[in-house]
Parts: sequence; structure tokens; C-alpha cells
Amino acid sequence: MNQASKPVPDQDIALRLAQRLGAVLPAESLLSSAEELRPYECDGLSAYRRLPLMVALPETTEQVQHILRVCRELEVPVVARGAGTGLSGGALPLENGLLLSLTKFNRILEIDAHNHCARVQPGVRNLAISEAVAAHNLYYAPDPSSQIACSIGGNVAENSGGVHCLKYGLTVHNIMALEIVTIDGEVLSLGSRALDSAGYDLLALMTGSEGMLGVITEITVKLLPNPERAQVLLAAFDDVQKAGDAVATLIGAGIIPAGLEMMDNPAIRAAEDFVHAGYPVDAAAILLCELDGTNDEVSIEIKRVRDVLLKAGATEVRTAENDQQRASFWAGRKSAFPAVGRISPDYYCMDGTIPRKHIAHVLKRISELSEECGLQVANVFHAGDGNLHPLILYDANTPGELEKAEDFGAKILELSIEVGGTITGEHGVGIEKINQMCVQFSSDELTQFHAIKAAFDPYGLLNPGKAVPTLHRCAEFGAMHVHGGKLPHPELPRF
Amino acid sequence: MSNTDHSQAIQDAVQTALTDKTTLNIQGGNTKQFYGRRIQGRPLDVSVHRGIVSYEPTELVLTARCGTALREIEQALDKHNQMLPFEPPHFGDTATLGGAVASGLSGPRRPYSGAVRDNVLGVKIINGKGQILSFGGEVMKNVAGYDASRLMAGAMGTLGILLEVSIKVLPKPATEITIARSADAAQAIQLMTEWTGQYLPVSATYHDGKELYIRLSGNNKAIESAKRIIGSDSVDWSDMFWYNLREQANSFFMDDLPLWRLSLPAATTPLQLQGDVVMEWDGGLRWLKSSATADNIRSLVNAAGGHAILFRNGDRDSDIFNPLSAGLLNIHKNLKQAFDPQGIFNPQRLYAEF
Ligand SMILES: Cc1cc2nc3c(=O)[nH]c(=O)nc-3n(C[C@H](O)[C@H](O)[C@H](O)COP(=O)(O)OP(=O)(O)OC[C@H]3O[C@@H](n4cnc5c(N)ncnc54)[C@H](O)[C@@H]3O)c2cc1C
Repeated sequence: MNQASKPVPDQDIALRLAQRLGAVLPAESLLSSAEELRPYECDGLSAYRRLPLMVALPETTEQVQHILRVCRELEVPVVARGAGTGLSGGALPLENGLLLSLTKFNRILEIDAHNHCARVQPGVRNLAISEAVAAHNLYYAPDPSSQIACSIGGNVAENSGGVHCLKYGLTVHNIMALEIVTIDGEVLSLGSRALDSAGYDLLALMTGSEGMLGVITEITVKLLPNPERAQVLLAAFDDVQKAGDAVATLIGAGIIPAGLEMMDNPAIRAAEDFVHAGYPVDAAAILLCELDGTNDEVSIEIKRVRDVLLKAGATEVRTAENDQQRASFWAGRKSAFPAVGRISPDYYCMDGTIPRKHIAHVLKRISELSEECGLQVANVFHAGDGNLHPLILYDANTPGELEKAEDFGAKILELSIEVGGTITGEHGVGIEKINQMCVQFSSDELTQFHAIKAAFDPYGLLNPGKAVPTLHRCAEFGAMHVHGGKLPHPELPRF
Repeated sequence: MSNTDHSQAIQDAVQTALTDKTTLNIQGGNTKQFYGRRIQGRPLDVSVHRGIVSYEPTELVLTARCGTALREIEQALDKHNQMLPFEPPHFGDTATLGGAVASGLSGPRRPYSGAVRDNVLGVKIINGKGQILSFGGEVMKNVAGYDASRLMAGAMGTLGILLEVSIKVLPKPATEITIARSADAAQAIQLMTEWTGQYLPVSATYHDGKELYIRLSGNNKAIESAKRIIGSDSVDWSDMFWYNLREQANSFFMDDLPLWRLSLPAATTPLQLQGDVVMEWDGGLRWLKSSATADNIRSLVNAAGGHAILFRNGDRDSDIFNPLSAGLLNIHKNLKQAFDPQGIFNPQRLYAEF
């Protein structure tokens, strides 16, 4: 595990912070004993754990303003946290920092059915939005697999995606406005209920900024009308390569399904054992392809997709005939992560995104790498977007396995970059992929990122050490990982 | 015109400007010169940096140099039955991709398949230090680093020179037809609000004051059922209708009065504005011809939750774009400083303050 430097928490600072925050927060909203801090020691990437100096649980924007002002004055770093389901260590606390939990911001403030949007607080769970607006025949489209738990604030901070993002876009395409509090305690309102706003697109810049630019205290999400009909197809393949190529063929045929997901054999088996979805356990891979729209539209498209899939070499194509079947086709996919969690003590989820045409090649390389390092992999991912989620299976209790898994993961990320992709499609960089940022970006690009951060947070107090590596760190990393005979940052002095 | 890589020459021009302490007026096809505030600066022609760098229909991505003509891109896409989702206005034969992205202007399809910013996947830029930087990429999902790519859409070249842009493209719909119904403005807004609350294959709307025109896109069956729901009075099969709207070539736009672009929450009831109004985007975009004062127009539009741009025929030394709150202006200035510390790119084109 790459360890960030460990400043010793300053008792004096802790006291002063508690005093100053206590002036506006009730006692139960400030946690500081080790026992109280424990639940906040990690996010969904549990291999990294650390206790914060203190946890604050504000419930009003004014309280957040006050907290940030105090932290700026005392120079205490702040890590915002939603539901803590992030998979890249974005909400990992800092020993000398405050953890700002937004779980008490859990209200839906307004549903504007005329303008098809809802104003919600950041701690509202993703799924709770669609549930709250269902009576208006509307829903919020981005649906991460973690949607029963993850918060909409976390979704914005990570630009999260989901099964339906192929057709309906990511979080950035589905939000209209934000209220944020800057490190200076100032409230800014970005975007509006109109389709664009004056000035730079700060809404886009904030989305996916991993808590580094400001704390999100309100979100206006766009709502879509429910489609008249949604139907899912399950196609089985006896060869992973064929399944991968079928994805490119479908898109090339001018079809944009609502969702297009792929699972390989280890993932199929794990899911089948767990939820008994009726998946073909002998298939090398399956594709789940959902179509939605008007009744007539779907009838036509279903036939087309079926034909394309059969032509692409599917050994079997099933169509869900009713909602119950549709739900069971999806149940396996949606529970794939926990299902894999049952067959291995630990797993490590990667998130590289690649051009679709390279899916088959990259999956093949991953399985070769898996053999080389002796760790198994299960693949379950957003195939339509080329967003891979190889799950590397390992046992943290076996000495050296975690390091092996991390090394394997790093190779997958570098492979993603090699084929023209990116190290992260939706889970964010956090602390986990910070070294691979040095491979994907040049020092000038990283310097530009730091300048963007300084435009919002000149003191570097919001989630420092995450998402964008320092050049120093890259130089150290480059010295350790000479790639293809080339140092990633030859211009930098080596330490 | 030949397809050539002029990034070195452009980078040299930026270096020279930095040394000479001059400012640059970045020009693509010069079709959107009318837009934004008047600026001083040495003209820098980037239209020579042109050519499609890569286009693979099955990836739904096209990457082209900034000076590539929009028309050339649309022709290349057309061959594979694909299109630019945001249907950008050209405002002239020479319009370039760089200009379309920098101005951030989207056409009639915007509410249904996204704005320019929604379809930008990656950019290569030269920043104000003369460095060539790449952000985003050619894949659909990418959260590595801050989203500097989308930030370029609509920045009017004030943050950097766009060298290359990767954009998401979409298959063309199988069929498109246009239908029309009579309605006054208030009725039109009500109807559009009703339709957007249902799942309908609408891909453009236009209200000219009396008639509401609706474009439907998709397969025949979906269009037929939508026609029944909407209840059409007459049918117009012409693509020219939407082309003329997009290019502001229909009779409404043939006028010398100041033209205002009002962006509003779609369901906003008609505002008490002096002058003629037409609507697009289900009511979310309204064009106003009026000689009323900027304060008068903006106070009404801002109160309704929107913003107003003095699009054409106005005083180009005044606030063309809706003034920002003090806090936002501050962030804008900081970002300008972060990308272009010496302030050489299109100074004051967006706001007088930077
Ligand atoms: C089983 C499982 C399945 C998953 N499936 C998906 C998936 O399909 N798609 C996907 O995209 N992700 C998925 N994830 C990842 C995760 O759920 C998302 O990243 C989610 O958006 C995180 O939300 P959260 O509320 O848990 O945020 P947290 O983990 O609490 O925080 C994430 C980041 O956001 C910042 N942050 C949180 N709230 C705020 C705020 N209000 N203001 C500023 N910054 C803030 C934090 O500082 C941190 O950097 C999955 C995770 C799990 C465990």
C-alpha cells in the first residue's frame, strides 16, 4: 500500500477545532472518540483505512459555511463524504483532517414536475430520487449498481454512471444546477433550470471533481419520463471474443440500447450461485441488452437486435417476456459484485475505459495477466460504453496477495491507456489510481489541473492528496516504474 | 484545402504573443465574429489547422482539428448515416469545429440529444503558457482529472486555443417528419410541457407566435403513434424548415433590431417583454427582437431563473453576456488566470473583466 506521509495529529489543533465547531454544531453532530470515528475510517475501497481527526455532521448550508471557514482559518484539511460507497478511496479521511459527512442532508426539497427536475440535498440516496418522483411518471436516469446506498452528492463528485448511461448519459448529463460552498465559506450557485447558463461551464467542472473544489450542498437533477416499455435480451456466447465484437457490431448497426452489459463465465457463475437468475452457466460470456421507448419502437428494435446478436455468433438469445423476467435478468448483473464477494475473501475492482473495438483484445490480455500472476479475475461491466470492471480476486490475509492484486490492477490500467482509453470511467482516481495519473497525463497537464484546483481552493485544503498527484510523487513513481524503457517524466529531477 | 497539422505554427504564434506582450484574436471560419464582445488583438487564423484525425463509426467518436469545416465533418458522418447530436448552427460556409465548440452554440436538437458540452469527449489545447495539453479522450466515460474538456465549450476561446476536439456522434434517426398545430405562446408552452412529460420521439420544436412546429424522429411506428398523441394539423416534410431555423435564415431573423437569446426554464409562462418572441427547445430557448434596455430584459429573465445574451445587433462594448454574481465572477477570473495567466486569448470577448 502506498502510504501518504503521516503528520502527527496536533492535539492543540484538535481542541481548537472542537471548540470552534462546537459553537455552531450540536454535540451529537461532532464525533471525536476513536470508537465514533471508526465507521468513517474507509470508503468502499477498504484496503485503505485511516481515522480522521474529527467528524462533523452538519445539516444546514450555514453550518457547512461555518465549518469551512473555521477549517480554512485553522488550516485543517477537509474531506467530504457522502455514503462512503466510493471505490477509489476518495472519501478516505486524513489523520490531521476533518471528515465532513453529508448524511444529514437527506431531504428532497422540491419536485418541479413542469420543468422535469427535482432539487435535492446531497445526502439523498440515488434510488430515493426516482422513488420520490415515480408518482409523476418521472425518474432520474443514472443508476449506479450501488444506487440503493450511494448519495447523489457522491454521484456528482464522481460523475457516476450506471447501466442506463449508454443512452441517457452520465451524472454530468443529468444535473441542472448545484449549490456549492467554497473553502472560504462562500455559497455559489452553478447552473439553473434553463438548459445553459452564463459564463464558463462550472457545472461540468464540478462534476467528477472528487470533493477537491467545493462542498456540494444542493443538487437540481433532471428527470426523464418513464419509457412506455423496456425489455431486456440475454445473449449467450461460447467465446468472449465474439461477445466483445458483438458489442461493436450492435453500435455500428446504429442501435443505441438503453443498457448493454457483459459478464464473463466466472461472473456468470458467481451471480447464478447467488441469486439464481437462470443464467446459462456454461456460456463463456453473456450480454444483457435493454431496449426502451414506445411500445411500437421497442417491438421493432427487439427483432433487429436479436438478428444482429445471432449473426454475431450468439449461441442463444432470450427475451424477457414480462417485468418479472426482466427483473431476474438484471438481478444477476446488479448483484454481481456482492456475488463475487462470496467466492473470494477480497476483490479489487478496476474501472478502465477503452474504445469498444478493443474489448476482446483487452479481455484476452487480462486473462493472460491473470495466469501470469496467479490471481483469478471475473469481468462484469458496462460493455456499451467500453467501461471495464475486472474484479481481481485475492485474499488479503495471504501475505503478499494484496500487493500482487494491486500490481495486476496497475497493469490493467496501463493497458487501458495503451489502447487509447482511460484509467477510470466512473469510479474516480481518489487515492487508488493516483500513480496511474502520472502515466495518463504529462507534467504540464497535471500542473494545469493543480492550477484549476487553486482557482477554487488556493490553500489546498479540500481533499488534499487525492485525484491529482504532485509532480514530485510522479517523479518518484516514474523512478519505480520505468515503462517500455521510457521514464514517464524525463524532464523532472529524480529524487 | 489540404489537411495539415499546424499546431507547431500556432504554438509559435502563442510564444511570440507572450514575448511581444500582445493579445490574440483567435479566428476559425470567421462566421461567429458577430458574437460576443468586441475585442482587440492580433488576428490568429487557426482555420489552417484542419483535417479529420480519426473517425470510426462503430466507436461513435470523431476527432478533428479545430479548423476542419463543420460541413466537411457532417459530410463524413453522413456517409455512415451518423450526425453531430447537437446540430450546431454554421452561420456561414466556412464554420469550423473549433468555432462551434468555443461558442458552445447548439441547434434545435439540443434538448433531446445534448448540447455541444454534452458531446465533447476530449480536447487538445494550447494554454496561455504555450503548452499543448490533452484532456479527456475518445472514450465515452472518463473521470481521470478535472473535466477541462467540457469547460472549453462556450468559453469563447478565452481559456485556450482548441487544437483538436473529440466528439461523440450518433446514428441518424430512421425517419424524420414535421407536424404543426396552431397555438398561442401560452398554449404552446403548456402543450410542450405535457409532451416532454411523456416518452415521445420529439427532436425539435419551434413556435413562431402562431404555429407550433414539432419534428419527430425515430422509426415509422414510433412516429405514427406520436402523431396520434400530439394530434397534427398539417405535415411539412421539409428539412429546410429546421435548417433555416438553425441558421437563423427564416423571416423572423431578417431584422436589424437587437436580437436577444433568452435561456429559461422551459415551462416559464410568456414574459411581459416588449418585442417579438419565437421559441425553441420546448420553451427553454426564446429569441426576442427588442429595443428594450438590457436591464429591463435581464431583470425579467433573471427573475424567471434564466439568462439573456445580446446575440446580434447590439452594442458590442456593453455586457453581451448576462453579468455574473460577484462570487462567480471571482472564480471566472481565477480560472482565466489558471489557463491564460498573461491574458492573451480573446481578452474581454466574454466579459469586460478578463
Ligand atoms: C457495490 C458497489 C457498486 C458500485 N457500482 C457503481 C456503478 O455502477 N457506477 C458508478 O459510477 N459507481 C459505482 N460504485 C461506486 C460508488 O457507489 C460511486 O462512486 C458513488 O457515486 C459514491 O457515492 P457516495 O455517496 O458513497 O460517495 P462517497 O464514497 O462518500 O464519496 C465519493 C467522493 O465524493 C466526494 N463527495 C461526497 N459527497 C460530496 C459532497 N456533497 N460535496 C463534495 N464532495 C463530495 C468525497 O470526498 C469523495 O471524494 C459502486 C460501489 C459499490 C460499493
